[in-house]
Amino acid sequence: MSLAVETFGLSKRYGDVVAVEDLHLRLHAGEVFGLLGPNGSGKTTTILMLLGLTEPTAGSARVLGWDPTRQPLEVKRRVGYLPDSVGFYDELTAWENLRYTAALNGLSSAEAQSRIGEVLERMGLLEVAHRKVGTFSRGMKQRLGLADVLLKRPQVAILDEPTLGLDPEAALEFLALIRTLKRDGLTVLLASHLLHQVQSVCDRVGLFHQGRMVLEGTVDELRERVLGGAYRIHVEARGLEVERVLREVPGVVRVSRTEDHTYRVEARHDCRAEIARRVVATGELLALTVDRPGLDEVYARYFQQVESQAGGAA
Amino acid sequence: MSTEVARSPAQPAPRREGSPWTGLQAVVAKELADHLTGVRMQILETLMLLTAVGTVYAATQSIRQTIGEDPFLFLRLFTTAREPLPSFVGFLGFLIPLTAIALGFDAINGEYNRRTLSRVLSQPIYRDALILGKFLAGLATLAITLVALWVVVTGMGLFVLGIPPGGEEVARGLLFLVATLAYAGIWMSLSMLFSTLFRQPATSAMTAIAVWLLFAVFWDMLAALTSQALRPTQYGGVAEELAQARLHLLLARFSPNTLYAETVIALLNPAVRSLGPVLITQLEGAVLGTPLPLGQSLLIVWPQFTALVAVVILLFAVTYVLFQRQEVRA
Repeated sequence: MSLAVETFGLSKRYGDVVAVEDLHLRLHAGEVFGLLGPNGSGKTTTILMLLGLTEPTAGSARVLGWDPTRQPLEVKRRVGYLPDSVGFYDELTAWENLRYTAALNGLSSAEAQSRIGEVLERMGLLEVAHRKVGTFSRGMKQRLGLADVLLKRPQVAILDEPTLGLDPEAALEFLALIRTLKRDGLTVLLASHLLHQVQSVCDRVGLFHQGRMVLEGTVDELRERVLGGAYRIHVEARGLEVERVLREVPGVVRVSRTEDHTYRVEARHDCRAEIARRVVATGELLALTVDRPGLDEVYARYFQQVESQAGGAA
Repeated sequence: MSTEVARSPAQPAPRREGSPWTGLQAVVAKELADHLTGVRMQILETLMLLTAVGTVYAATQSIRQTIGEDPFLFLRLFTTAREPLPSFVGFLGFLIPLTAIALGFDAINGEYNRRTLSRVLSQPIYRDALILGKFLAGLATLAITLVALWVVVTGMGLFVLGIPPGGEEVARGLLFLVATLAYAGIWMSLSMLFSTLFRQPATSAMTAIAVWLLFAVFWDMLAALTSQALRPTQYGGVAEELAQARLHLLLARFSPNTLYAETVIALLNPAVRSLGPVLITQLEGAVLGTPLPLGQSLLIVWPQFTALVAVVILLFAVTYVLFQRQEVRA
């Protein structure tokens, strides 16, 4: 599979402050990659370097084969960027705003007309095309932002905090729109700190912490690697030996008793059937539920582990 | 494209590729449209039009009495004041800096505050195109406004006075426009500089107006005080007075207002032969009050005019460099 984005030891320092450190990022063509991490962990800086809007202190990058530092125009012709809390000229209409973008991309006016109509329709904004953007809601502006990205028919779309500030329904709608980009064969780089929201659309994710990408892989892989057991099963059961029985179930990594009759089981795979069989054999099974921990938990747990290791070493 | 991929990442690529002016036309067109349709400019343009009509009408009233005596009647339209109104040029001296500041004070920080900067810069253009486009669009707006005003004034002159302007009057009028454009350019590039320096448009507007007030109101006083302190007239001799006057003029000329005023006087009043102190001995053989040909008037103001243009270029260059070095993120 060909690489859409590749970075080699990309680093950015502002004085003594490290924004991004030794980043080796590889995005395959056609995948949705989530660049996840808390605010200030270097996601936006990375994006700006990929677009040639900020010069890296060290290292280099290739976007669709072009060097963003030296050939930013070639990169920006093929890459659409939706900045975090995107802004438009409020006194212009949606159509006029997009016409400016089209002109900056050097589109002919006939081409611009048809493309603007096309992207506005796709984003469901055709009815409000001639309304001033100042009257738009946050969600509409965000969709207009995506229309703005698609106008140049990019090969790569970089979306920075696309769901931030949207109400839950609008956020879900927006994520659905992002999925349609993947269907069209776009490579999508998604930066967000709302891990639980975006994990469902990402093929692979990279977790950022203080400028470093500390974890990378599919959500399942990370779950497996960090939480050991990727499944969390809640068992409510009466019986003297329930805890021991649970421990002996194959695939179970850890068992802890949370309340009198409730146990939390972490397992490598979904072993509910086996648990049920064994618990019923020795006692009374009252309830059995499974939840798959989200990336938030993976992230939190990872740093707990890092800290305890650091504490143990000291 | 395959050669690009093959280039080793460790090997530094040549300097940035592609023209820095890509997209310039789009930026100019957009900014120009914004300026010409914006409420801000419409208010100022109405104000200028009203003052033009008012002052020129007043001027024609007093000029009428002297028709036939003055070979440069049309130029008088610009410079004749009639109580209680100042002349058209006097009004312009106030309105032009205001308009120019209004065009530039939120050029850059406005883009940051509307959060449009990163979106615009992620299009295939360099920053050069954005800042130069904004500058050129501002200048074009000023030029359009000034030409319109000039046409209005000339038209009114034709209508009321009933005589056409001569070729030299038209030429002097146009040169006056160019000088005014340079003067306006100073205030516009200054306010653009402040819009790059300060994050708040209100701060940059106030700072630009403060600088303008300094030069419009206080600079001449300061120049007078300083020259009196440094070159006091103790014995009342001519040499002392001349030294003081020269120092005063030198200091005053650090103000763009002085440079502009001198340029305008010499261009619109062909009888002006010198902008500095003149000794009686230097006037030997001169026929006072006779007009100079255009070329000679131009020679007189050439240093002033050059300085005006140089200040515009200097201020814009500083703005340009500052903007290039700024982070895209607010």
